[in-house]
Amino acid sequence: MALQSGEKLPMFIGHIWSKQKSRWTLLGLRLLAFLAAAAATLVMVLNKQTKTFVVATIGTTPVNLTLTAKFHHTPAFVFFAIANGLVSIHNLVMIMVDLLGSKFDYKGFQLPMIASLDMLNLALVSGGANAAAFMAELGKNGNSHARWDKICDKFGAYCDRGAGALIASFLAFALMLLISFLSILKLVNSSSHNSHNNIIALPN
Amino acid sequence: MAKTKRIIITILLRLLAFGATLSATVVMVTSHESAEVMNIKFSAKYSNSPTFKFYVTAEAIATGYGLIVLFLSSRRSVDRLIVILDVVIALILTSSVSAALAVAQIGKKGDTHAGWLPVCNQVPKFCDHVTGALIAGFVAAMVYLVLNLYSLHVFLTPLFPE
Repeated sequence: MALQSGEKLPMFIGHIWSKQKSRWTLLGLRLLAFLAAAAATLVMVLNKQTKTFVVATIGTTPVNLTLTAKFHHTPAFVFFAIANGLVSIHNLVMIMVDLLGSKFDYKGFQLPMIASLDMLNLALVSGGANAAAFMAELGKNGNSHARWDKICDKFGAYCDRGAGALIASFLAFALMLLISFLSILKLVNSSSHNSHNNIIALPN
Repeated sequence: MAKTKRIIITILLRLLAFGATLSATVVMVTSHESAEVMNIKFSAKYSNSPTFKFYVTAEAIATGYGLIVLFLSSRRSVDRLIVILDVVIALILTSSVSAALAVAQIGKKGDTHAGWLPVCNQVPKFCDHVTGALIAGFVAAMVYLVLNLYSLHVFLTPLFPE
């Protein structure tokens, strides 16, 4: 009995220390993902460019046409902004739960909920980023078969900012992938640890 | 008894997903139509748009994967790898469907701010074909989601002592 507890003690301490390290790693990744998704949302929402074109000349006075490119003209970019906003809110809530929610009784559902929510948000950010990426490709190259002109040669700054938002969103996607992986590992480790404890506790 | 039920449900879900991805691929590939509008020949094929090419590639990969996994379904050693690959394939499917939906919406309604006219008035049969392929792809993504949740439930229940 004494030998068993003496053997178990350093393993227990090692287990706690690696648990702390994994907790802070996950928290750091969540902070980075929150920043990336929030940056993508903000850059896309504030993306706007106005340009004046000379369309015709009547006599000596030129006729001007002012065109504005805003993000909400394109439904795919609206979806992109909403998806990244939701992902950043999710990461913020998860950080709060991890830092402040230790006194709340989750009835054993905390780790499965976190893992499933992480996977759902992974799918959400992936869908939003891909839809916006293909719309941006359409705006950059046009489509000659459908007689759709490219717009990036006229609205260069709008396209550049959109590209920046897309890069931030893909970064958030990669981070969410890592976070999902770590959450699921935590879930599997904790449930196998629980079953180990129950098996060890039985012969008394 | 529970193991047989689990195997049957998994195989049914995988068959359904395989059928959905196969039909999405085939319907999108066979969608082409030509129309003549004021002496200009206007032909619409799926390969005119890089987004639809990506959609066909993604659904084809999911179809091939579904076929292979149907034969490997309950082997013990590759169980966990299959669960991980299921998640990856579900992600690829949702991304391809959302990208294709974005471009198809532009084709149907146009984009007045960019000066892009809708194409569906000239080639209505092509638009219907693409809509059918997108619906099949959407069903495939949903079935893969249900499959993932079920695999996770089956995989994790023996580990919970309750």
